[in-house]
Amino acid sequence: MTDFFSTYVWPGLIILGQSVLFLVVLLVLIAYILLADRKIWAAVQMRRGPNVVGPWGLFQSFADLLKFVLKEPVVPASSDKVVFLLAPLIAVTLALATFAVIPVANGWVIANINIGILYVFAISSLEVYGVIMGGWASNSKYAFLGALRSAAQMVSYEVSIGFVIVTVLLCVGSLNLTDIVVAQSAGLGTMIGLPSSFLDWHWLSLFPMFIVFFISALAETNRPPFDLPEAESELVAGFMVEYGSTPYMMFMLGEYAAITLMCCLTTILFLGGWLPPFDFIPFTWVPGFIWFLLKAGLVFFMFAMVKAFVPRYRYDQLMRLGWKVFLPLSLAMVVIVAFVLQLSGWGAPGA
Amino acid sequence: MLGLQAFFFYIFAFIAVGGALMVVFARNPVHSVLFLILTFVAAAGLFLLAGAEFLALILIVVYVGAVAILFLFVVMMLDLDLGQMKKGALRYAPFGLIIGLVLLAELIIAATGGAYHPELSQTTALPMQPLYELSNINALGSVLYTRYILFFQLAGLILFVAMVGAIVLTLRHKEGIKRQSISAQNARNPATAIEIRKVESGRGL
Repeated sequence: MTDFFSTYVWPGLIILGQSVLFLVVLLVLIAYILLADRKIWAAVQMRRGPNVVGPWGLFQSFADLLKFVLKEPVVPASSDKVVFLLAPLIAVTLALATFAVIPVANGWVIANINIGILYVFAISSLEVYGVIMGGWASNSKYAFLGALRSAAQMVSYEVSIGFVIVTVLLCVGSLNLTDIVVAQSAGLGTMIGLPSSFLDWHWLSLFPMFIVFFISALAETNRPPFDLPEAESELVAGFMVEYGSTPYMMFMLGEYAAITLMCCLTTILFLGGWLPPFDFIPFTWVPGFIWFLLKAGLVFFMFAMVKAFVPRYRYDQLMRLGWKVFLPLSLAMVVIVAFVLQLSGWGAPGA
Repeated sequence: MLGLQAFFFYIFAFIAVGGALMVVFARNPVHSVLFLILTFVAAAGLFLLAGAEFLALILIVVYVGAVAILFLFVVMMLDLDLGQMKKGALRYAPFGLIIGLVLLAELIIAATGGAYHPELSQTTALPMQPLYELSNINALGSVLYTRYILFFQLAGLILFVAMVGAIVLTLRHKEGIKRQSISAQNARNPATAIEIRKVESGRGL
């Protein structure tokens, strides 16, 4: 019996405790990311943004949460009720499940699996189901059109995201997210004799891929300027048009969780994860997760600024960008990077 | 740990079999596709239990993330009348049964062939290094790109031909329609695109 406890119960409880703690921190963080998004957007347009609930509006997201939860959920009479309610659940569960493999500091990860990046890619390729199921089950033409657009858009940009990830993997030689970060402690900067610094991270050595990844991440998470699935001027609110109260909140939560994930992923793949920008004293005193949060926050700031000042794309322009610009570019980069690594012998050990 | 593995195996196996049954029995075709996706995910879970983590995730990326989405697209857009389709379904039952039996027989032969013919197992399966020595991807890559490179490239060629064929079948050059030239549009600037005229009040242009 003690054997049973020591092999199943205690490790299970520890993992459960870690997951719950991580989830709570993550959800609070997402609440503030939502607020930051609105505040930045407002500042660009010279408005104040939410400033009533709590000091400087800091509790606005929690007030919104209460409002959403207390409202009556309305399910359209002609909808497919099971799928209608399942869609937001799938969206939010998948978006949160991806965080299980995200390392926020050295060793600070729930599941340190060998194929972490592939796991993230697989789960984020499933996120389109929340959208398409919600749009179809609503039984409304606006919702359905929004869902179709969104599905096509997400599938298209996944292709170039996949190739960008492949270029990074070629440089690293491992699919483990922790290894990807650790591999960035040496790179272009150390090659010319500088100490380990921010010049070693992949954003410099794979600069075109960094840009492609950032823009694809915007498209993948349906952020402006690629928010055509919910283009309010033509489709009312796209796939979410029939949703209200808690199901709507879950869609929003899923969306912001996906955005947070993309920020974390950009940080891990290109900005050196938890590594300090300079590898000497005042910078190395700061704990790793602070650097991680700062970098992810910086990426999110770029997300928010893009939302604030780039006008929405037309749908055909979006598809052209995905298939005719990013796909050939990223495909060419995969070949070029592979050639350079092979010919120069810089390839990672074990690759 | 075996108990836990068996537990998860039965969970995934039941979901896979139940999902596969529901694909056939669901009344709504969209529900059928959704159950098919559930079956794929459960199969990925089974792969994961067998230690084939790479295959499991590739199954999700390729089948669930791309192929099934296209299925779902097509089924959602078509106005399918299932009552009409189910009318003659019983006539096809024998064919379905035969195909199923052939598949079952092939699987059994592939799995047990080595027992009857020692040579067969040498052609079907290379002795694999134990998984704790080598990660999934390394193991796959080291046989796929060396021993099976010809088959790998043939598969790629077949897919390429299929893609070119699909494009040729659907590409139509219509005469007399307006097309956009993106580079010409991007090259426009205020000097070439607009003309400023001073209009006197009370007069038109």
